[in-house]
Amino acid sequence: MGLTYNSSQKSSLKDTFHIERNEDQHVIALAGNPNTGKSTVFNSLTGLHQHTGNWPGKTVVNARGEFTSNKNEYILVDLPGTYSLFASSVEEIVARDFICFGDPESVIVVADATCLERNLNLVFQVMELSSRVILCINLIDEAKKKNITIDEKGIEKELGIPVVLTAARNGVGINNLKQTLDKVITHEIICKPKLIKYSEEIEDNVNKIENIIKEKFPHLNSRWLALRFIDGDESIYKSMEQYLLPEDISFLRSVLENIHPDLDKEKIREFITEENYRIAEYMKKTYVKEDIKKLNRDQKIDNIITSKKFGLPIMLLLLAATFWITIQGANIPSAMLSNLLFGFQDILTEWFEYFNAPSWLHGFLVLGLYRTLAWVIAVMLPPMAIFFPIFTLLEDLGYLPRVAFNMDHMFKRACAHGKQCLTMCMGFGCNAAGVIGCRIIESPRERLIAIITNNFVPCNGRFPTLIAISTVFLAVSSNKYLNSVTPALFVTLLVVAGISITLLVSFLLSKTLLKGIPSTFTLELPPYRKPQIGRILYTSLLDRTIFVLGRAILIAAPAGAFTWILGNIYIEDLSIIGHVSSFLNPLASLIGLDGYILMAFILGLPANEIVLPVLLMSYLSTGTLTEFENIESLRHTLVSNGWTHLTALNTMLFSLLHWPCSTTLWTIRKETGSMKWTFASMLIPTIVAFIVCFITTLVFHLLGLK
Amino acid sequence: MMRKLCEVEIGAMAKVENILAKDILKERLLALGLTKGSFVEVLRKGPKDNLTVYKIRGAMIALRKEESSLINVN
Repeated sequence: MGLTYNSSQKSSLKDTFHIERNEDQHVIALAGNPNTGKSTVFNSLTGLHQHTGNWPGKTVVNARGEFTSNKNEYILVDLPGTYSLFASSVEEIVARDFICFGDPESVIVVADATCLERNLNLVFQVMELSSRVILCINLIDEAKKKNITIDEKGIEKELGIPVVLTAARNGVGINNLKQTLDKVITHEIICKPKLIKYSEEIEDNVNKIENIIKEKFPHLNSRWLALRFIDGDESIYKSMEQYLLPEDISFLRSVLENIHPDLDKEKIREFITEENYRIAEYMKKTYVKEDIKKLNRDQKIDNIITSKKFGLPIMLLLLAATFWITIQGANIPSAMLSNLLFGFQDILTEWFEYFNAPSWLHGFLVLGLYRTLAWVIAVMLPPMAIFFPIFTLLEDLGYLPRVAFNMDHMFKRACAHGKQCLTMCMGFGCNAAGVIGCRIIESPRERLIAIITNNFVPCNGRFPTLIAISTVFLAVSSNKYLNSVTPALFVTLLVVAGISITLLVSFLLSKTLLKGIPSTFTLELPPYRKPQIGRILYTSLLDRTIFVLGRAILIAAPAGAFTWILGNIYIEDLSIIGHVSSFLNPLASLIGLDGYILMAFILGLPANEIVLPVLLMSYLSTGTLTEFENIESLRHTLVSNGWTHLTALNTMLFSLLHWPCSTTLWTIRKETGSMKWTFASMLIPTIVAFIVCFITTLVFHLLGLK
Repeated sequence: MMRKLCEVEIGAMAKVENILAKDILKERLLALGLTKGSFVEVLRKGPKDNLTVYKIRGAMIALRKEESSLINVN
């Protein structure tokens, strides 16, 4: 869910710093702690709709946007949210390297007004790296609600850099931020960051190294590099290898060996952080006033939301309620869309008849291409357009980190990373995005586990399939509200099954191929925030609609046309589809499916949303039923092709568990850089799907159920 | 009296004495503001007593016992 569909596209996978720009454009970096509303600041500056969320690890891919202010043209680069630039995670390395070697003209550090003390630590670090820093204290609306007042002039004076207060969600202070940026770029404001001086011993050594660096590399930040040399940050050498010449690096290394300060590097690092925080603490005490009573609101909510007793039940209840609203709400627009679109199919058919078009052309274009398109739009779009705004709402509120909190003990037992839960949430939107999101997991072992198992979360393309099948098979009550309760509960159950399988497979992988213990884990529970409902509706509706329509046109429609051809080319007395499905049938029957279903899943490799349309297309082409007018005929079509409750159950289970779509596989290949793991990511879910469906089939047969 | 952070009872405040963690974890804990002399409030335990929420420098941070046992407090 986390990422927009844009970020799963190929081009954004590159984290290179080489930004194409005109000579007059100024490159500006946007840094900040996670959960400071950095992406919202980015959006209000650039007008782009970068998806924002209230949880750590949101921006895993550098986003960039452009804007103009007072005739100055800017390129804004949104860096991953980090607590520090001391490079203890991939995100921190990306952020640090960009500020250090990407040469931005200015860095805007976004800080959370309600948590300034912690945020200032990063501000000090950025100030050491870059001289033109602007501090943007965001979320002042939240601060106001909590009776926190901030003396920005005092902070400005203390830090020696411009400070701007913003509430980016409402656009408050954004113009001021732009104007300040203009002034910094045109040297109207000269930043004189007051750097923290450390102990004499440190400063002496820094001076020695600094002078040498200054002479040889005037464009690098000598004080910062010197500090990193003496506190022993090994990762800086690795980064330098990418951006500096080898002879320069060996020169720097030799400088260091000559000076060779006999220092306890670990102690120095500790000391530096202590100093930073000592001053942050002082600044908070001096310039921030807060009201303790108001601060306790979140804790009271959390006492329930994350309590031992109610945490998990509330989570399941919310999930089920979300599905219920989705199914209930999608009924009417689905019916309307299908009437409209299938109605238009008849008009199209009349036109073809009017022009005496050959029947194969009508079949190919109308029965193949158009009908699949109509089907995907009518069935996929409404649930997606309802589910995602609700999901985004929960995300905006700050609920997702609480989910991770409530479920952590299970992931720990599975020897997986606690943040895997967050990557799974991203998988709800798109598994490819979920796989990219696994970058928030530092340990390679746990990251691989999260990547391989991400597929067990039903994505965008599979959700509507699950909803459609469970609706037609389980909506038995005559009451129109209760009607969607059973399907909603069943889809919830399926998601829970997916999570259980994720945990089980993670556990098995941890004991076999990817042996190890869970790595260290810290989880921030950000304050609850009032969601921006209007914005959520707008962006997630637009986002999902474009996504579903785009895929429908690009993948589903051609696939429909292709399936129609397969269904209408006869070899001897059987169509190609007939041949393939009768070949697959023995294997499919073992797992309670039929040859057509298995074939539809195979043809659905490019995109999961086409599985059901392709299946219907193949059924319809067999001639048992030629009319398919609206989605109500779905049940009829399926049942007349021999579907039982077992078939419905196993089709849903297979959809939930089977191999990832080709985009996801491509992304896994890209992210792991290994064919072996890509293959494993395809094979493991496939084996799981076969085993689970085989077991359910066996159970059904043993119990004599149908 | 020196104790591990995981032993501090809910609702109590503790003062960080030193961090026994190494490498990445140590960096992360320091970055979160768990420096020597800083105050931590123990807020609540989560399901299965696995995670505990601490208030560190104004932010709510959840730690497992594995991590909080590496922080000595007073």
